[in-house]
Amino acid sequence: MDFRALIIILLSAVLVNNYVLRQFLGICPFLGVSKELGSATGMSIAVIFVMLMATAVTWPLQMYLLVPNGLGYLQTIVFILVIAALVQLVEIALKKYIPALYSALGVYLPLITTNCAVLGVTIANINKEYGFAESLVNAFGSGLGFFLAMVIFSGVRGRTEDSEPPEAFRGLPITLISAAILSLSFFGFNGVIENLFG
Amino acid sequence: MSGILLAVFSVTVIGVLCSIMLAVASKVMAVETDDTAVRLRECLPGANCGACGFAGCDGYAAALASGAGTATNLCIPGGDPVSRQLGEILGVGFVDVIEQIAVVHCCGHSGNTGVKMEYQGVASCSAVKQLYGGRGSCSYGCLGFGDCAAVCPNGAICIEDGLARINTRLCTGCGLCARACPNGVIYTNADSITTLVTCSNLEKGAAVRKKCSNGCIGCHKCERECPDGAITVVNNLARIDYSKCGGCGRCAEVCTTKCIQLASFAGIFRTEHNDKAVDSA
Repeated sequence: MDFRALIIILLSAVLVNNYVLRQFLGICPFLGVSKELGSATGMSIAVIFVMLMATAVTWPLQMYLLVPNGLGYLQTIVFILVIAALVQLVEIALKKYIPALYSALGVYLPLITTNCAVLGVTIANINKEYGFAESLVNAFGSGLGFFLAMVIFSGVRGRTEDSEPPEAFRGLPITLISAAILSLSFFGFNGVIENLFG
Repeated sequence: MSGILLAVFSVTVIGVLCSIMLAVASKVMAVETDDTAVRLRECLPGANCGACGFAGCDGYAAALASGAGTATNLCIPGGDPVSRQLGEILGVGFVDVIEQIAVVHCCGHSGNTGVKMEYQGVASCSAVKQLYGGRGSCSYGCLGFGDCAAVCPNGAICIEDGLARINTRLCTGCGLCARACPNGVIYTNADSITTLVTCSNLEKGAAVRKKCSNGCIGCHKCERECPDGAITVVNNLARIDYSKCGGCGRCAEVCTTKCIQLASFAGIFRTEHNDKAVDSA
């Protein structure tokens, strides 16, 4: 495990394997919270934080509890349980110590409990057989990727809200179409990592 | 069999551990949310208009709950009902909310003033104002075509005998009528005022006398009689400084032409016509 490998994991998590635009996980907040840049940023920062926390807890749980006891099939339910409890804990702690951030994140924090991107990252870490540090870097990169997608898409949303598409495309249809185009554009990152570091 | 037992056991343990952790955390890191502030906030209308001088309804509720003696009558949109609720929660007496109200500084109806022409043009104050300053003999007073009534969102104004009258029970003090009046005879004022100069004429006394039997002739009698020194005659027209006015009503008693009237708002400004409008509404 060297530094270079971690960089590769980080960059591929942000650009090539972007959770929203390439793996289509976490679409709900991507479409729901991307109307304004401010709330999109707040949501993304909360997601980054929860992804890191969740990975830090679920990876040891999987490696030292589930796998040795042959309980690998419990992965999904245990992970959901732990992530939900973690988000609650983070919420309580934020309310106490960083009230400003708590009120800024608002309703988005509990929403992350059911965000499939968070569950997806923790399971992907196990499936790709990453070590602990690699898992953390992957989680951080995935969060950054979510952040990037949210920020870019909130800019796109700003344009589509102001423009006047044909009536049939107004609202959700034009949003989905622009999300699809954005997703296509991220295919351009294919092979970038291999050519940079390969 | 031991496999399922182990699975149930480990998930249960993880669940119990998580719940203990959350329970402890919620005790240890409990934030003392001020219940009073929440209850106060629920009473407020939530318009976040800032009329109270605080940053939105939340700010006002927090200021009230902090116990710094913030007044409970600052919420203008909520009015008296909200003030009463806030007072009950805080255990202080009811304080009347000073609401804004529109008042007409003119009393020239068909009985006390005349017309100088037969006007048959567009029925609007701003149109008639273009022709020699209006059809009435007094060019300062109410034009009587109801531009104010047309803009009033609450239907609080009606024209009676060529004079705009304001139903103070329906008036919210928005001031749209004051801006609509071409002669500027309507002003918004606090609903706590007790007297009102119902004239806007700036001409000398003799000229006013010829045009309106209830116009202000600038005789200075109110100015001399006022115990609070709240009245001054400027440009032949008496003006009341409500910040000094004690509300004794002496000026209305002594006024030569009865142009200063007691503004007991259940009385002079609310006509029978308006009461019917309220009842049917």
